[in-house]
Amino acid sequence: MSDCISPSDLKLAQRLMSFTEAGMPLVDDPWAWLAGRMELPVEETLALLQRLQDSGAIRRIAAVPNHYRLGYTFNGMTVWDVDDEHIDRLGQEVGNFHFVSHCYRRPRREGWRYNLFAMVHGLSAEEIERERDLVRRHLGEHCRADTMLVSSKILKKTGLRIHSKPKE
Amino acid sequence: MDLLTQRMLDRFQHGVPVCARPYQAMAEELGCSEADILERLARLQETGALSRIGPVMEHSKAGSSSLVALAVPLADIEQVAAYINSLPEVNHNYEREHDYNLWFVLTGPSRSHLDAVLLDIHQHTGLEPLDLPMVKPHRIDLGFPMFQDSEVPQ
Repeated sequence: MSDCISPSDLKLAQRLMSFTEAGMPLVDDPWAWLAGRMELPVEETLALLQRLQDSGAIRRIAAVPNHYRLGYTFNGMTVWDVDDEHIDRLGQEVGNFHFVSHCYRRPRREGWRYNLFAMVHGLSAEEIERERDLVRRHLGEHCRADTMLVSSKILKKTGLRIHSKPKE
Repeated sequence: MDLLTQRMLDRFQHGVPVCARPYQAMAEELGCSEADILERLARLQETGALSRIGPVMEHSKAGSSSLVALAVPLADIEQVAAYINSLPEVNHNYEREHDYNLWFVLTGPSRSHLDAVLLDIHQHTGLEPLDLPMVKPHRIDLGFPMFQDSEVPQ
């Protein structure tokens, strides 16, 4: 996996995002549709998708479910203050719990001590408490403090709305 | 929701085939017809159970992103939330139960672009944004099993 993508691919990636951020249409051949929008041959479009996946600029190409609509109405952003010397291993292990969808290391800041973020999902409040407890037991003495931030309101969720219009 | 729909979602939330006629390829994997797949995807889209089909980008590679929080006085929360929502760089914004009660993701073409937005937010709200860009991903959002027994394995 290379660490960055070429400037020309970055430009193409930004165009590709603008065409796909609202989702691709349900047509027989969506990649041909995308190639049409990109004004590229289909083969080049597929090769671009492959390069962007290889470089990590595309995480996955997928059918993205709306978890709320599917009954997963409970989620919590759990945050943990984990020993820096163990966080690489422990972060990986926490990310492997099947109920965790995202697990990131983030910086500490003044007034913010938590350096590991794990989003947990469940079908009930009790279920996410049990999940949190499993993570807590797994981290054990390497975690000094933790809390969970439950969302009381979704104020905006637009999927992928990212870049200002690609520059020509 | 029928069993085929459940199997389809659990299987293809991780990845759809990148080839000509991907829905045909999905159908072959699940032992059904392309029409079965397209019908179910259309129904899921209508009910809002499917957000979208397409590439999920890693913004730190194709641009820049950060998780940002604000500690907003409760009396101002609606006004500040409306302002934050109006920013094109914001794509998720949640009110959460904490002193830091507004959490949103900022994305933009570059880190310097985000710095300028953070400065605007500070000047507009008088609040100091907590800026928490990713240091390292341990698990990126690849979906999770939705329809299996949700009990946690020992």
